[in-house]
Amino acid sequence: MDKIKCECGHLNPYGTILCESCGKPIQEEADHQLLNMRYEGTARRSQTYNTNFVDKTWNFFSSVKVGVWLIVITLIASAIGTIFPQQMYIPQNVNPAAHYENEYGVLGEIYYLLGFHNLYSSWWFVLLLGLIGVSITVASIDRGIPLYRSLKNQRVTKHENFLKRQRMFGTTKRPEDEEQFIEEAIFRLKEKRYKVRREGNNILAEKGRFSRWGPYVNHVGLIIFLLGAMLRIVPGMYIDEDMWVREGETKAVKGTDREYYLKHEQFVLETYDPKEERYSDALNRVGGTVVKNYQSDVVLYKADKKLPGAKPELTEVKEYPIQVNRPLQFDGFSVYQVDYRQEMSEMSFQLQNKETEDAIGEFTVDLQNPKNEYDLGDGNKVILRNYYPDFYFDKERNQPATRTNVPNNPAFIFNMITPETPDGEIAFIGIRQNLDPSGENQYKIAFNGVDTEFITGLTVNRDYTLPIIFVGGIIFMIGVVQGLYWNHRRIWLKLNEEEVWVAAHTNKNWHGIKREVDDVTSKLQLNPAIDQQEKKKER
Amino acid sequence: MAELSSSLLYAAFIIYFIATAVFAVALTVKKSDEATTMNKWGRWGYILSIIGFISQLGYFITRWIASGHAPVSNLFEFTTFFGMMMVLGFIVIYAIYRLNVLGVFAMPVALLVIAYASMFPREIEPLIPALQSNWLKIHVTTAALGEGILAISFVAGLIYLIATINQSKGSKKTGWLEFVLYTLLSTLGFILVSLYFGLTDYQATFNWINENETEAELVYELPAIAGPHEGELLTEDKFGPLFEAPSWMEGIDAPKKLNTFIWSLLSGGMLYGLLRLLLRKRLGAALQPLLKNINTELVDEISYRSVAIGFPVFTLGALVFAMIWAQEAWTRFWGWDPKEVWALITFLFYAAYLHLRLTRDWHGERSAWLCVLGFVIIMFNLIAVNLVIAGLHSYA
Ligand code: HEM
Repeated sequence: MDKIKCECGHLNPYGTILCESCGKPIQEEADHQLLNMRYEGTARRSQTYNTNFVDKTWNFFSSVKVGVWLIVITLIASAIGTIFPQQMYIPQNVNPAAHYENEYGVLGEIYYLLGFHNLYSSWWFVLLLGLIGVSITVASIDRGIPLYRSLKNQRVTKHENFLKRQRMFGTTKRPEDEEQFIEEAIFRLKEKRYKVRREGNNILAEKGRFSRWGPYVNHVGLIIFLLGAMLRIVPGMYIDEDMWVREGETKAVKGTDREYYLKHEQFVLETYDPKEERYSDALNRVGGTVVKNYQSDVVLYKADKKLPGAKPELTEVKEYPIQVNRPLQFDGFSVYQVDYRQEMSEMSFQLQNKETEDAIGEFTVDLQNPKNEYDLGDGNKVILRNYYPDFYFDKERNQPATRTNVPNNPAFIFNMITPETPDGEIAFIGIRQNLDPSGENQYKIAFNGVDTEFITGLTVNRDYTLPIIFVGGIIFMIGVVQGLYWNHRRIWLKLNEEEVWVAAHTNKNWHGIKREVDDVTSKLQLNPAIDQQEKKKER
Repeated sequence: MAELSSSLLYAAFIIYFIATAVFAVALTVKKSDEATTMNKWGRWGYILSIIGFISQLGYFITRWIASGHAPVSNLFEFTTFFGMMMVLGFIVIYAIYRLNVLGVFAMPVALLVIAYASMFPREIEPLIPALQSNWLKIHVTTAALGEGILAISFVAGLIYLIATINQSKGSKKTGWLEFVLYTLLSTLGFILVSLYFGLTDYQATFNWINENETEAELVYELPAIAGPHEGELLTEDKFGPLFEAPSWMEGIDAPKKLNTFIWSLLSGGMLYGLLRLLLRKRLGAALQPLLKNINTELVDEISYRSVAIGFPVFTLGALVFAMIWAQEAWTRFWGWDPKEVWALITFLFYAAYLHLRLTRDWHGERSAWLCVLGFVIIMFNLIAVNLVIAGLHSYA
């Protein structure tokens, strides 16, 4: 398409509304109307072409109306996602379908069927975010580039038609001493920290132009943020693993490919002292204990070059107490304290004579690694025939069984061997259970005590997208502040044969520029500039 | 120290109250020009607001010393702080625009918020491990400041609506405006009712099966309109319940909260009805003449300006700092927890507002309605999400 040559000589792109240089309205509207100064009347692609598919797509995404709709739909969808808890917040060991129905009735069932229990990772929600991203990009390019051109090419001398049709405009009879007047005008404008340019009898005072780039900067930040968040699906960018480590245990740190090992030395659990005066009222009201701190004291090891199958050689890297809010950090990884569990670790027993209850010997079973045989000396020993860490009685098969490998409810079948009973006697021992299946035993096993240990729940996290997301966030913040805390103000002064003209424009906060212009005109003894938009309304 | 702290808060409350009255006088000063911008009364109102703010700051600092941690860690502390940030927001915006009418509306709303806050348990509480972080203070205070400034846009929007909506006959708009005013009255009603029954030490104890399926006692501090599901009243000679809360209501002490909610609505309704009887017209219509001299264009700009100033602060506090803290405390910067999501919703809402205002010329009335709606979202996040949708953030 042809460029448009303005009478001032400047070549404007096709579609331009106001000459980039002198501001003369190129596509003439009714003479008395105020100019639409949005984007300086530049040629925006979306306003110029609308014939083929590409144009139409471009125009669709460039529209703020579409953009706002996308934002509003995302907003409503997000709100729907909070009506009932998302799947990640319901108990993990239940069937979600049943859970939503039981807990929330028919509504819960519908919620589940519509997939709202995983709303934020649903394809359509992610698509919405993607569409917002596209919309931001297109809208910004459509407006940003022409705006930049126009503000760079603007000249001091503006067409009369441009000035007259600004929202703020005033005329006064020409002063006697032209040169002195212009000098003073420049002084007054500079006083208000405007950058002032002069071309003959024309003045352009401008400030805060950089704030015009605010929206573009913040949108770039948003795009970087969104891209960063999407990068997570690239393998290796994001690792998030849970691990449970018991006290005294050493384990390879998940996600590190056996390069790092953690030893859990000791777990610390502190609660607030109910006698501590300042908290006593609150602690009494709650009526229980409140945890003050939980922490895993760990040692981090690095493994040497691993040979397949061989035990790795470990060198200590550091000792560290992992607390909530204070993760252990190394080599891009963070290890967080997220949970803990208390488990039975050891049970001790006594072998007794059933009638006299005389002790014959004692032994202790490690619930994680029970031995097969416990030698009590003098020909006495106990053989562990069966071990059920999480005992229950399987009624179908009519035999004892275990639910899990976790010692929640340990039970044992022992064979007791003494010089008197070389063939052995069977005893079944569980918590609050002590069975003698034959009913003719001479010996019995008595429960003697239990030891517990802590198991710490850690989360290993490595996220290479964090820096990108962080940079995006910072750029966004800079852009928002730049655009919203400053504004772009311009004041034009023109001396023609008979009059002094004052016109002013700002992209927002008219109250502020009005005060400034009023102040300048009164100091220069000019008639105040009039807000032509308000005047129009009054009529 | 703790006592000094509550006295300072009390003092601040009274000073705010006086400041409101002084601003109201400033508005009635005869010369129309003077009434809207700074005059003698207006200046005093402003000075009082600042003194009140300093007193509340004193409360904040002394409570911090007394408790050993920044007092923003439970509903009472946070809501009080939010009220204080509203006052700060007002102080900032008034410094730019010097509009007395803003004080007449902003200070009472802040007062309501602070009074509402003090209905929650006020003891100093110990911090659970998840809350022991510097980022907690930074995140919560910045977010509250942002919300406080955004609240001023609600105040300005409300003023705009009262001043401009055509009151010659009832319409959908006047209806909604009455509804907004009624909501404010319900908050007042809730405070009055709680104070009354608090002073008379009302207590009714129920036996019920709580949310963890265990038998427990539930103590009502207000007469039970809605009792617990299949609950049994243990205290003798106490009123109610008229009906039982539905069993599907989840969350800690849900029936009690429902009961409180019903009391708020009823007492608000009574206050509203009483005022209507006295005034013999819609509240909006009764307020409108007081605002006849104000420059509505300016009020409109103030409502926008508060968003322009508050939005970045809110984003920084409620999203950026929140994400940094969440990354440290919960292993991920974003987890779609209801409170997080509602912060995002607030953010998106004001982003939509800015686009509509800046690029689609939604000025004046439409913009004002949006500012009102924005505040509803903020309050929803502050109250409903904490009390109703239980999540990681639920304090109470
Ligand atoms: C959640 C997403 C978004 C956020 C947080 C956001 C933020 C903002 C903010 C704060 C402004 C005002 C800045 C200023 O005037 O200084 C703005 C302006 C703007 N935004 Fe967005 N935006 C978002 C999405 C979009 C989308 C989807 C579009 C697509 C149509 C869009 C198009 C625009 C345009 C055209 C402007 C005005 C630019 C100007 O005045 O030159 N934005 N945006």
